[in-house]
Amino acid sequence: MKKKEMIAMLLAGGQGSRLGVLTTTKAKPAVAFGGKYRIIDFPMSNCINSGVDTVGVLTQYEPLLLNSHIGIGIPWDLDRRSGGVTILAPHVKGEQGEWYSGTANAIYQNIDYIDNHNPEYVLILSGDHIYKMDYSQMLDFHKKEHCDATIAVREVPYDEASRFGIMNTRENDSVYEFEEKPKNPKSNLASMGIYIFTWKKLREALIADNKENPDSDFGKHIIPRMLGEGQTLFAYRFKDYWKDVGTVESYWVANMDLTWPLPQFNLYDDFWKIYTDADHQPPQYTGPNANVNASLLSEGCEVYGSVYNSVLGPGVYVAEGAVIRDSIIMGGCSVGNNSVIERGIIDENARIGSQVVIGCGENVPNEQKPSVYDTGITVIGERSVIPDNVSIGKNCVIYGISTPEEYPNNNLPSGSSIINEKEVIV
Amino acid sequence: MKALGIILAGGNENLGQLTDLRAAAAMPIGSCYRCLDFPLSNMSNSGIGKVAVLTQYNSRSLHDHLSSAKWWDLGRKQGGLFIFSPYLTSKNSFWFRGTADSIYQNITYLKRSNEAYVVLVSGNAVYKMDYNDIINFHVSKEADITIVYREAPQDEDLRSYGVLEVDNEGRVLNIEEKPLEPQSNLISMGIYVIQRTLLIKLLDATQAEDRYDFVRDILVRYRKKLKLYGCHFDGYWKTLNGVKSYYDCNMDFLRKDVRDIFTKDAPYIETKPKDEPPGKYNAGAQAKDALIGSGSIINGYIEHSVLFRKVFTGEGSAIKHSIVMESCYIGNNCYIENAILDKEVVLSDGKQIIGKPGDPMIIAKGQVI
Repeated sequence: MKKKEMIAMLLAGGQGSRLGVLTTTKAKPAVAFGGKYRIIDFPMSNCINSGVDTVGVLTQYEPLLLNSHIGIGIPWDLDRRSGGVTILAPHVKGEQGEWYSGTANAIYQNIDYIDNHNPEYVLILSGDHIYKMDYSQMLDFHKKEHCDATIAVREVPYDEASRFGIMNTRENDSVYEFEEKPKNPKSNLASMGIYIFTWKKLREALIADNKENPDSDFGKHIIPRMLGEGQTLFAYRFKDYWKDVGTVESYWVANMDLTWPLPQFNLYDDFWKIYTDADHQPPQYTGPNANVNASLLSEGCEVYGSVYNSVLGPGVYVAEGAVIRDSIIMGGCSVGNNSVIERGIIDENARIGSQVVIGCGENVPNEQKPSVYDTGITVIGERSVIPDNVSIGKNCVIYGISTPEEYPNNNLPSGSSIINEKEVIV
Repeated sequence: MKALGIILAGGNENLGQLTDLRAAAAMPIGSCYRCLDFPLSNMSNSGIGKVAVLTQYNSRSLHDHLSSAKWWDLGRKQGGLFIFSPYLTSKNSFWFRGTADSIYQNITYLKRSNEAYVVLVSGNAVYKMDYNDIINFHVSKEADITIVYREAPQDEDLRSYGVLEVDNEGRVLNIEEKPLEPQSNLISMGIYVIQRTLLIKLLDATQAEDRYDFVRDILVRYRKKLKLYGCHFDGYWKTLNGVKSYYDCNMDFLRKDVRDIFTKDAPYIETKPKDEPPGKYNAGAQAKDALIGSGSIINGYIEHSVLFRKVFTGEGSAIKHSIVMESCYIGNNCYIENAILDKEVVLSDGKQIIGKPGDPMIIAKGQVI
């Protein structure tokens, strides 16, 4: 096997429960973003654009969509004879199987995969952030500083620093301490969950740590362990756009950012393209009475109504008279005649009937999950059906095929939920 | 039935400046396709896994488009995609001298195959067809050569087509190439099915007589000797044989019924993915009855027009009844009506490009105005 200088391990097993119904049947990295993309496309594209052509994708929670999306890696040019993309799912070893119990534990369970490629360095990524980053520059930094581990960090406001894993550094950015969510932060350098390790050093640490911590985690265990052993760890400052899209609100904001005239995050870069699985790419059509303003439309959209400040995924159909405002409509959805959607997130392949109103009424937090749905955004799950002539309030959640009977007086007040998990469009 | 495919993609037809730099088969269509995508996808969708594309006239853009066969599912160990261009040998220093000659010069492709039938099509038409229907017709009629035909579109000048006379059984009674006085309104679509071994025999025979054209020297010349059958087709079909048909074909994609044939009803027409981001419509943009390619950024007013990928249109500009190809940049306050802008045209602020209805103004590739 050809030796690889650096391979990437992409942690894509997380559920992302703060995204609510969006992750009912798919892992967070598989959630659609920016119209045609999925969140995992960003780290995957960063890999190939950085010259990293061997990527192990670690899956665990609801991997079906992720598996079919990644396939053999053709969209990212990761279909290689040597290396390329490999899906690494938890598996049975010897007598019994084991789930991935922590971020580092997941890598520990795949030491054989990494050894097969015999790399000098291993890049650890997570599949839930939106950013463009040249990992080869980070590797240059790692080599220049003779690091055993390099941790990508970004500066956050001091008053928010207690929400992050914080790296306390010396003047030259070498790390002397890691603090998980400190009450009184000494530094504002937050870990981005992106690490480069010298593989020999990481391998030793993983094996030693596994004996003590069966749920071995990079932030909690591996970094402190390496610091305790006096190894060289550096913080690598990243200053460009980077968004965690872990909550309904942050996910919505990051999508809306793209509709600005000159968005901070530029998708239109010829030499740092974001790739995704979309082989069938017909053009988008806007009808004679359509109004499309400050919006992104993906391939195959057909818009006969009005779309303002919104992001539409591939193949979305918006009928005559419909009005969509400040919303995310994901791939394959259809919106019926004269329906109005405001501040809505409609997951893939949902059907919204005619004369439907979504996002009206008062801003009351969701009754069942007030911490997830409290910013006025109503979320419709994938393959759901909304019947004609109903109005739906703010912070509502609907999943599955709903019938008119479930809407008393054709109305679903703000903060209500309709969850029919087993009944979706097949 | 096992068949192999041959697509003739060498010609430049009468598309004026538009084909100065590319073959007709490489012409951009419907916002994101090239013409060749249609026959090539038809081959793949018909289960024909071994396809040769014959190129000659300025083939760079075609080769670029065909840099990988996997988009049409033709990256295969068995069969797959073959691209044949003219080449030099010690005995041979000429270009393809005609359609039959272009196949003859690559006759090894036919001889090294074991498929029973050859589906031979031209690369410069836009249509969707299951070639199995034609092969089944061919087999059931025990034909030597089957020609797919249709009624000519109204007001079409038949003198630029092959014109057939066909009896009730489908037997071709006569075929004339570009006749001065056409005897019927049935035109050949340039789609043929023929036994592979018979094709080899016919090519050998015509080459021995220094004849090089498939239609003139094989179809017309052998029309009485061989059993020629005509198979009727009445779906959407547009051949690119002039600026008008090219313009009309693109405008047809604004019709939902036409668009759905290729993009909504499986199997789809596939093309080389360019991985452009979604199209962006800025505040104040108006796009009415318009097709927009991905990666485009739209300001201003667009009406009844087809824009390809990565087009930028500035504020206050208006584009009506026009085709704007990939990577064009249109500044602010421009006015474009009845025009075809080839790829990478740059219009600075306030420019006007106005053509006549039915006679669009053409701006050649890469012009800066």
